[in-house]
Amino acid sequence: MGILKVEDLKAYYMTDVYGIKRTVRAVDGVSIEINENEIFGIAGESSCGKTTLMKVLSGAVKSPLTVVGGKALYSFGDGSLDILSLQEDELRKIRWKSISCILQGSMSVLNPVRRIYKTFRDFVEAHQKIEKKRDFMRRMRDHLGELGLPREVLKAYPHHLSGGMKQRVTIALATIFKPNVIIADEPTTALDVIVQRGVLQLLREIQKEQKNTIILVTHDMAVHANIADRIAIMYAGRIVEEAKASDIFENSLHPYTQHLIDSLPMIGDKSHRISIPGAPPNLADPPNGCGFHPRCSSVMGICREEVPPLIEVGDRHRVACFLVSKESGDGK
Amino acid sequence: MVNSEKLLSVKDITKVFSIGGLLTGTRLTAVNEVYFEMGSANPEIFTLAGESGSGKTTLARLILHDIELTHGSIFYRGTDVTRIKNRKERMGFMQRVQPIFQNPFETFNPLKRVDTYLYATAVNYGIAKSGESTDGVVDDALRSVGLSLQEVQGRYPHELSGGQLQRVSVARALIPRPSLLIADEPVSMVDASLRMSIVNLFKELKETSGVSIIYITHDLATAYYISDRIAIMLRGNFVEMGPVEKVLSEPLHPYTKILKESVPKPVLGEKWKDKIELSTLEAKEFARVGCKFAGRCPSVMDICKKEDPKNFLVDERTVKCHLYAKQFKNSIL
Repeated sequence: MGILKVEDLKAYYMTDVYGIKRTVRAVDGVSIEINENEIFGIAGESSCGKTTLMKVLSGAVKSPLTVVGGKALYSFGDGSLDILSLQEDELRKIRWKSISCILQGSMSVLNPVRRIYKTFRDFVEAHQKIEKKRDFMRRMRDHLGELGLPREVLKAYPHHLSGGMKQRVTIALATIFKPNVIIADEPTTALDVIVQRGVLQLLREIQKEQKNTIILVTHDMAVHANIADRIAIMYAGRIVEEAKASDIFENSLHPYTQHLIDSLPMIGDKSHRISIPGAPPNLADPPNGCGFHPRCSSVMGICREEVPPLIEVGDRHRVACFLVSKESGDGK
Repeated sequence: MVNSEKLLSVKDITKVFSIGGLLTGTRLTAVNEVYFEMGSANPEIFTLAGESGSGKTTLARLILHDIELTHGSIFYRGTDVTRIKNRKERMGFMQRVQPIFQNPFETFNPLKRVDTYLYATAVNYGIAKSGESTDGVVDDALRSVGLSLQEVQGRYPHELSGGQLQRVSVARALIPRPSLLIADEPVSMVDASLRMSIVNLFKELKETSGVSIIYITHDLATAYYISDRIAIMLRGNFVEMGPVEKVLSEPLHPYTKILKESVPKPVLGEKWKDKIELSTLEAKEFARVGCKFAGRCPSVMDICKKEDPKNFLVDERTVKCHLYAKQFKNSIL
């Protein structure tokens, strides 16, 4: 049973300044199903709509972002609820308790003039009453202890901590209520490799322990290789390939996925590597047909006219490319 | 002059920052007696690698003479950079040694056209007189990074992608025809998929234009890909320095080993197994007596906590670690 089912979700940025209308199709027909107890990776370049998708999924839709169509159904045990139809006060109830977020610049979440435990208290108080301060402090210390973080950090100010420690403190903050779904949007992008490893290990341990679902967004395929169970590749607001991590790395079918993996250098291998030619499309004025066709090396006539459908080619392996749909014969 | 054959020689430079007030303040040694040389016979790419807070950027700013040294000296082709006083010499040095910064979106003023930077650089360094001759200079520089004046002219930073902007940033640095580029994390803000285009550009510049590059990064995979020599920095110290194949294929210093292991590989089935220690408080580690890595090192010994290790010459490289003290007693540098 999937914990999250997204159906044909469309979310556009619509602006109207002095009569000039502009529509940026950041999420353009995304359908995914995410299981309970898994780490689901979403990969793609910047400006492919990853962050917008996460905004919609966490219920943080603010103008000019508008949800044009589709559904995002969560099921937390008792029936399913569409996050797009909830009112603000209903959203407040599930935020942080059922769905929490870890963002890229989450070091800046911590208030620089308040000690860490006060920030923790602010977050907890927003959702439940704190009866006794001592019990609360014990609970926080236990929580940090479980995650292997030193207890002294509760009394520290954010500037006392290193970047990696701050990021792990925000992870601790995001997991206080043991949420069912954790949305991590580029949680390690600004960090160096050692800290990145520490943060990712922490995420993986939390997932093992609490058995919740983590949606991990990052453009770094090497991170996905290390941590994700299933991976979806996003390009120009659409999912172009989705499969188990092993299929993505060993049996990828979309030319974009292959490019993403092949462009990464490795220690011990000095062979020449090239990045994908061209630049990601402008989503305010996307190319006709397949979004990737101007950069694709195996482009065909049909790619310029029609959008390839996302078809199932194997065990939960879906791909949107005419190269594949042609081979499988039906083209649907 | 002894150093005239060297492009750059950095001799035991140290930078101490004072933090806080007179009584409560602390001193932080951001760069501690760093020594390295770059030859001028063959252009090379020299990588400075290490985690954040290891002093990489401070070292780069010291070489650019952006901040003052506490002690030590830096020679560029035999002249002491730290003693440059007059404007003419300073301009001469700046023309030869050019920086490239980390975030291309912050390098350029969003309200200014990108090409104005290129024209201003050409005129300020006297490469071209203002007028039509400048167009040629700017176009040449842009062509060497795979762009053209046509693509860039009249455009604002938001109209170009991160990768394109970083190329413009490199083109600007190339206009004064430098012999050394100092690139501080040039690809960390660029998408993984576009990263290789910038990295390949550096390789090409070295091979075709003979420009030497100091490449600062925490990404060991790209460092291995392009550089000739590498220095691993930790809390202001060079802990290991040598040819990149040696240092990264068979690392000797425990820190280099951990750093190498932590690079995620785009291959399945090579997940990390053992946990690693992270530093909690940065200031604590800087103030540590003895080896700065002793708090996190898996093979820590008693001596590490008391004495700062010396540099030992082991297998074509220098290693600053007590583990090699006995075996390589005679090769102290």
